[in-house]
Amino acid sequence: MKYTGNAIKYGDNVDTDVIIPARYLNTSDHAELASHCMEDIDKTFVIRVQKDDIMVAGQNFGCGSSREHAPIAIKASGISLVIAKSFARIFYRNAINIGLAIVECPEAAEGISEGDMVEADLDNGVIRNITTGMEYKTAPFPEFIQNIIENGGLVNSIANGTIG
Amino acid sequence: MGMTMTQKILAAHAGLDSVQAGQLILADLDLVLGNDITSPVAIKEFAKLNKTGVFDKDKVTMVMDHFAPNKDIKAAEQCKMCRNFCGEKEITHFYDVGKMGIEHALLPEKGLVTAGNVVIGADSHTCTYGALGAFSTGVGSTDMACGMAIGKAWFKVPSAIKFNLTGSLRKYVSGKDVILHIIGKIGVDGALYRSMEFTGEGLSSLTMADRLCIANMAIEAGAKNGIFEVDDITLEYIREHGGAEPVIYKADEDAVYDEIIEIDLSAIEPTVAFPHLPENARTFDQFDDIKIDQVVIGSCTNGRLEDLQIAAEIMKGRKCAKNVRVIVIPATQQIYLDAMEQGLLKIFIESGAVVSTPTCGPCLGGYMGILAAGERAVTTTNRNFVGRMGHTESEVYLASPAVAAASALTGKISSPWEVMSR
Repeated sequence: MKYTGNAIKYGDNVDTDVIIPARYLNTSDHAELASHCMEDIDKTFVIRVQKDDIMVAGQNFGCGSSREHAPIAIKASGISLVIAKSFARIFYRNAINIGLAIVECPEAAEGISEGDMVEADLDNGVIRNITTGMEYKTAPFPEFIQNIIENGGLVNSIANGTIG
Repeated sequence: MGMTMTQKILAAHAGLDSVQAGQLILADLDLVLGNDITSPVAIKEFAKLNKTGVFDKDKVTMVMDHFAPNKDIKAAEQCKMCRNFCGEKEITHFYDVGKMGIEHALLPEKGLVTAGNVVIGADSHTCTYGALGAFSTGVGSTDMACGMAIGKAWFKVPSAIKFNLTGSLRKYVSGKDVILHIIGKIGVDGALYRSMEFTGEGLSSLTMADRLCIANMAIEAGAKNGIFEVDDITLEYIREHGGAEPVIYKADEDAVYDEIIEIDLSAIEPTVAFPHLPENARTFDQFDDIKIDQVVIGSCTNGRLEDLQIAAEIMKGRKCAKNVRVIVIPATQQIYLDAMEQGLLKIFIESGAVVSTPTCGPCLGGYMGILAAGERAVTTTNRNFVGRMGHTESEVYLASPAVAAASALTGKISSPWEVMSR
């Protein structure tokens, strides 16, 4: 898969409470969740985010609560891909399970700045910062996880008999 | 190559003789848990799977605890959706208002988890049951939906950090101080993707309440699970609560650990985690007076009877400081009843605290104790992220029930050692 968009950048330990505060967890409506995405650390996010933008973050992205509402809110806000130095494990599997593209790449997460135009080709493991001309390599997902992604998430993988 | 406790449990549940760190497996589940916030998302996903029923109606449980008793109309709709689903699928263990408690205090109390189990829960603090010698871990709603459908989940087998515990805890020091100390040492991603395995001769001095509290916060170090070696204390607890026959998995002598960390329990002091990360752990010699506006004693971390007993011991016959709101939340109906019969609730109310029905409520900024801008709380909960208990300009300090109770009396963050020596 290929993704192209502008970077919106955050720091280390972005937790799921700030991605989508618990006061909005009385709904699971995707559009409503997206309308409060990142609200507690960045009130401007929902105003400036454009379809296909790429979120870039530091270490331990998505730590804390297991709320799947967090990757849902990010995906529904228009973000096409999240690049981070590392992901918290529950967020990592939730993103794969719901089909939000994510990739761990410490060098890219360090080298990309807010607003940079970024292109990511995850099949070939390459992230390009079009603004600066820098290129970064990423490791491919293991085959088992690649299969889940190619089947459109975990629910589809089970519904079509790939897993189970 | 030898296996850790966690690896042995996972191998057995994947039908394999052995597994190694990094391997991807599909494991059988003994229990699948959800709450009133995560289950509605799972129920919607479950509907896409075209399954008539869940894989085993005795092995799925839903607990209405986060925004229940319903905090608003939307919360009421979410609980209704869970109630209808559990009714339709004839789920045995559905816990609604009147029977419910905070899920991670309730399930061990009801004997729903035993040693050797594999448990997933759509709640990050599902790692609590590691205290019983089970592999249990938090997942999202999609995993919950698929777990309910096929009774299996995919896992990447984790490597582990071994914590070798020695010594015993001093008076007014508890499991909470131990885990805050550990997270302060290794950081909020210090155990990322890995198991935290607790063993050593110091185990014998830790109560089940201490162990449940320590395992509960393994996630705050990024861990996949926290797990305790099973001993007589574990077995007695499981027996007392009517749990299923335990299966004991002990780590191999030659099990490989990424790291072995020695923890001398007798050296641990009352510890407080400062805003806005649980790794900001400090002991009382490291800070001056910090005035507070609210105290919360409760949650899946510290709402157990032992927690209320220690808080009551400190608060007995004393008054809460002026201008401090003190909220005590027994974690389950049984704990509430026991606390009532032991006279603990009377002590709290006479000291000026309120006592609430079981709920996660304020811990995640839901209701029952939300903070305004600029306010500070000392709480026995598990997270102190920005805005966790209310306004983004409020502050949450994590501490033990003893520290919370001492602070309630003085109106500033206080050591139980200091307050009880007066």
